[in-house]
Amino acid sequence: MLELHNVYKTFNPGTVNEKRALNGIDLTLNEGDFVTVIGSNGAGKSTVLNAIAGVWPIDSGSIVIDGQDVTALPEHKRAKFLGRVFQDPMNGTAATMQIQENLALAKRRGKSRTLMPGITRREQEEYRELLRDLGLGLEDRMTSKVGLLSGGQRQALTLLMATLQKPKVLLLDEHTAALDPKTAETVLNTTDAVIEVNHLTAFMVTHNMKDAIAHGNRLIMMNEGKIIFDVAGEEKAHLTMKELLDKFAEISGSSIQSDKTLLA
Amino acid sequence: MDFLLSFGRSLPSALGQGLAWGLMAIGVYLTYKILDLADLTVDGTLSTGGAVCAVLITMGWDPWLALLMAVLAGMLAGLVTGLLHTACGIPAILSGILTQLALYSLNLRIMAIGDIIKLGDAAAKTKATLGLNVDRNPLMLSSRYVRELSSRNPLILLVIIVAVVIALMYWFFGTELGCSIRATGANPNMARAQGINTSRNKVLGLVVSNGLVAMSGALLAQYSGSATVDMGRGAIVIGLAAVIIGEVLLDKLFRNFALKLLASVIGAVIYYVVITLVLRLGLEATDLKLLTAMVVAVFLAIPYLKERYMSKAKKEVKTDA
Repeated sequence: MLELHNVYKTFNPGTVNEKRALNGIDLTLNEGDFVTVIGSNGAGKSTVLNAIAGVWPIDSGSIVIDGQDVTALPEHKRAKFLGRVFQDPMNGTAATMQIQENLALAKRRGKSRTLMPGITRREQEEYRELLRDLGLGLEDRMTSKVGLLSGGQRQALTLLMATLQKPKVLLLDEHTAALDPKTAETVLNTTDAVIEVNHLTAFMVTHNMKDAIAHGNRLIMMNEGKIIFDVAGEEKAHLTMKELLDKFAEISGSSIQSDKTLLA
Repeated sequence: MDFLLSFGRSLPSALGQGLAWGLMAIGVYLTYKILDLADLTVDGTLSTGGAVCAVLITMGWDPWLALLMAVLAGMLAGLVTGLLHTACGIPAILSGILTQLALYSLNLRIMAIGDIIKLGDAAAKTKATLGLNVDRNPLMLSSRYVRELSSRNPLILLVIIVAVVIALMYWFFGTELGCSIRATGANPNMARAQGINTSRNKVLGLVVSNGLVAMSGALLAQYSGSATVDMGRGAIVIGLAAVIIGEVLLDKLFRNFALKLLASVIGAVIYYVVITLVLRLGLEATDLKLLTAMVVAVFLAIPYLKERYMSKAKKEVKTDA
């Protein structure tokens, strides 16, 4: 479903701020894979995700989604394959537009935008149903501006928007990191449900090791722009926190003491 | 009493100016409020609209056709600014300034076209003013009849045009394409993630906006009886003043998008009524730019200062408790 071949990316090349962010990433996601991605700050987790989304062009390598090489496609053209939820709840929605208008924008992802009405009555009914399923009471506030919603509500709405058109891959960029623990759990449960119901292929970057172990069928650990550990299936299911920390120390060779705080 | 009488007599004329500038204010609203972009092209575009319309009318064109050509010329100016910004990566403000500067030279040339065609080599190559006369030229409207109770009163046509433009904009920004332009201004990251080509949309917004500004210039040239190369100088500030006055006074009342556009037009009318008033009080016409700049600066500063003052007040309350 998603293939990355030998992807490299260096930021600010030739300057004092030069940073090798991606150092030869090879990765294949099968259909239905739900991968969680962990690693310390600066390991390249979010960078991989942005490379897939096409936020900027990569230096070398190729990216293939559902058999189509998208390496040269700009961000807005790749959007038809991808659903995205960002770390900052402000980022995934248009605050000054209505809830239903945001949904209508997402409904048209990957389609050309014409002079037909931006939202139809039939859509409104559809959105009302979907919002009711979300269980946040948003179905009665469809014409409210999204800026009035809480962070958790906005992330749940963004999740719904990301899956309104079934994406080939769902990209989640630490999408619960900015929420309080209780809201984060609710949003994560919604995430699980959405992925399962729609049989999505998903790529979830997280700071939280527990979440990485508890969710998904596959786990990837990154360090210095490389994938250093990739575990799936039964082995992933029985993975413990301690094993993961030991693994990190063993493979990366860096001190577990210094990184423990970042990973926990 | 005399003062009030003369002020009252000049009110219809102020209303006409305000309505014509109102179209310009709608154009500014589209870029400043919807696209979140300060477009300085408009100072040049307003003159271009006036120049194109005036020169075509003096050449014997139908005034409606001349108006249409003026709008197209304005859209072209918006396209240039849009491409400088999106395709060439020049900051939006600078792109607008570059186009505006280039238009100054072009406008002088445009206004000389009529003479060059008529007189050939004997004509001047550039021209800074072009007069229109309602007796000799077939104009759509003229300020001469602004106090008349007849169908040729320019206020009637201006109200109709403003209403049609607002209706068109209301429709357009409710379409799929229009919604995607609003999303582009509201949150470009989100827009791109939803597959919206934000660069194309910015260009499109600038094209529509400058088309409206040129229309405003074309109507103003006919209304006042001349197009000048300087008629657009400071236009952006007047447009901003109209948008801000409309917002400050009517934001709570007007929630609907069409009403928000109307608020900008009303803001332009209020602006011209106030200007008329201060002129009657003895200020020189050349003082107006200073006055306008001050008004806009004050209104832009108010929300910021209010927030600072209010939050300080809140803190004090907290420490008291």
